[in-house]
Amino acid sequence: MTLYRPIALGIRGLCKAYDRPAVDHLDLTIYGGEFYSLLGPNGAGKTTTLRVVAGLLKPDAGSIAIDGIDALADPVAAKQITAWLSDEPMIYDKLTPFEYLEFVAGLWRIDAKDAERSATELTEWLGLSPHAHERCEGFSKGMRQKVALAGALVHDPKVIILDEPLTGLDAGSARQVKNVLKERVRAGGTVIMTTHILEVAERMADRIGVIAHGRLIAEGTLDELRRQTGQTATSLEDTFLTLVAETVPVAAE
Amino acid sequence: MIQPATLTWLAGHELRLSWRDWVSLMTAGRRHRTRTVAIALVLFAALMHLIAWSMVGRYADVTADKSTLVIVTGSMLLSWSLLLSQAMESVTRAFYTRSDLDLILASPVSPRKVFSIRIGRIAGSVALIAMLLASPFINILTFFGGAHWLAAYGVVAAMGAVAAAFAVALTIALIRTIGPKRTRLIAQIVAAVIGAAFVIGLQVAAILSTGSLSRFAPLQSETVMTHAPSADSALWLPARAVMGDLAALAVVAGVSLILLAASILIFAGNFGEHATAASGVSSAVVRQRPVRGFRRRSPGSVLRHKEWTLLLRDPWLISQTLMQILYLLPPALMLWISFREGGGALIVLIPVVVMAAGQLSGGLAWLSISGEDAPDLVATAPVMARRITIAKVEAVLGAVAIIFAPLVIALTFASLFSALICGLGILIAAAAATYIQLCFRVQARRSQFRRRQTSSRIATFAEALSSIGWAATSALAASGSFLALFPAVMALGILAGVRVIAPRA
Repeated sequence: MTLYRPIALGIRGLCKAYDRPAVDHLDLTIYGGEFYSLLGPNGAGKTTTLRVVAGLLKPDAGSIAIDGIDALADPVAAKQITAWLSDEPMIYDKLTPFEYLEFVAGLWRIDAKDAERSATELTEWLGLSPHAHERCEGFSKGMRQKVALAGALVHDPKVIILDEPLTGLDAGSARQVKNVLKERVRAGGTVIMTTHILEVAERMADRIGVIAHGRLIAEGTLDELRRQTGQTATSLEDTFLTLVAETVPVAAE
Repeated sequence: MIQPATLTWLAGHELRLSWRDWVSLMTAGRRHRTRTVAIALVLFAALMHLIAWSMVGRYADVTADKSTLVIVTGSMLLSWSLLLSQAMESVTRAFYTRSDLDLILASPVSPRKVFSIRIGRIAGSVALIAMLLASPFINILTFFGGAHWLAAYGVVAAMGAVAAAFAVALTIALIRTIGPKRTRLIAQIVAAVIGAAFVIGLQVAAILSTGSLSRFAPLQSETVMTHAPSADSALWLPARAVMGDLAALAVVAGVSLILLAASILIFAGNFGEHATAASGVSSAVVRQRPVRGFRRRSPGSVLRHKEWTLLLRDPWLISQTLMQILYLLPPALMLWISFREGGGALIVLIPVVVMAAGQLSGGLAWLSISGEDAPDLVATAPVMARRITIAKVEAVLGAVAIIFAPLVIALTFASLFSALICGLGILIAAAAATYIQLCFRVQARRSQFRRRQTSSRIATFAEALSSIGWAATSALAASGSFLALFPAVMALGILAGVRVIAPRA
């Protein structure tokens, strides 16, 4: 018997080109409640893919469905259940974390009381409580990233898209962020994350997708990926490098 | 081959940075626009020469009598106050931008050497901009009056050097007295006040003495002429230098170089120390009053509230706005006198207010519409892009309304009709300036907006011309003249032109 798994993100034939194709007829299916890690070398098309999904870029072709909602036909409804966080925390220097979270809650039309409760919980979990009423302008990169993450989670999104969220974070901050993300997945949320820190993908992801030259070249659990390379006892790093190396001659042809 | 780490080598490096800064300022960071910018600059220069001809062409043959010397000196003081303001802005920026500070201080080059060049660069930039702005006037005077007017270029450069020397001294004095944290805001406000004070002072004097807004009226008054020193006084040396007295020019240039050299010798050694202290201010903790429970607001309302909060917490913007408001003081004084005496000076007041409203709105719109620190957040929010833009425009027009409402309300006591025209003029000028900024919007962080470097030059000029058009329309409408239609059509034409040439999104 096959268990029914709702699709959180369905991408079909996605294309996006700048000077050259960045995403090339990409098909991707991510299930609800899944922690999905998207890996790939620099310039593989990971960030472009996620920016298109988040509604920041318009695709040249293809379709995107978020929790069954056509994100291209009804972007507002899709954005209502989605959160986006990039590697460069974009917050307002002159606002405090609490003011920032109140602003985000207003944009997502979240009930004020629910938003305040959620903001209080998130600032506590992320260790931001002592700084909740200080302007963000003096914050370190890690603190800014945590404020941005709190903003992404305060409206309780079903699908959380993160592009290199752990870049530049110290070990403590990175652990806090990872714990919060794990908690979200446990609560039924879907996390899609790109990372260059393969250890994070190895430890946290339910499934891993490897993208190169704008195409998905491999996908599955860590064991499935190992089997694809024919090396069962190697680390994700070795597996990843083998997979990516295999695509280079193909792409060059 | 220039030896590395020598004064010449460092000067070359600073020169290259200045040049790239200038090109970026002119082309709004888009190199492919160089040709367009060059054509626009030539056209602008031609227009400026035309304006200069209409303003000073008839004075090309003046002789250095007392009355001329007073006027020339007054004009120089007026321009110098603006130069000092500009230099203070540059020095503050040099202090508070981290930029290459760590690299310089960590390198084995003497910081004194590096910062001597840097102060020199500030002086050079200020002098160059001043010479560029003064060039149409000097060229016209030279063309019609003779080559002796070319000496004015030397005086303008000297004024730039003195302005830079004073700006460095003033800013460092502020840092030493009130500390780097407070200096950031205070220096910007001082720069704004200095820039406006002399112009405003002369206007206030003109209103009180002659009832006009002309800043030259007090300089031509009998009182000033009686009390001014005789024509051979040393006080008029700079004015004489402008008019081609080479001996006077040598004195002026010598004094300015001595002042600049003294400023470099005294302050260059500690410049790095102060700059380090100042640039570290950005990491200082600023606590806000805790939010008293989240409030239920619509997306439009939270966007407006966010814009207003950010505008209020921006010291640079406050100083710029303060400058605009300071310029409203003379018209306000004029309104008060006119109301008291029942005079008909209101018609002169209305265009000044309308013009100020247009300029302020343009500045606010530029910052609010194009400056977004969290573009991804706003773009991924479940709100239509159109609604976001509307909220930003509402925030700008709301701020303008708050600033100008007291003046319009005061005007209703003097003349209801004038108040109505003034209110409409403010609204239209503000909406037009905002529209222009909407057409030329770019995406950049607010920290990149200190000098509107990424702003389109066309947008800035269109905004100024539109404000002038609506100011003229309001003045003529207030006087009941049908001629008001002409500047209105011109202003609408500018908006139509903007729509045509604005880059497509």
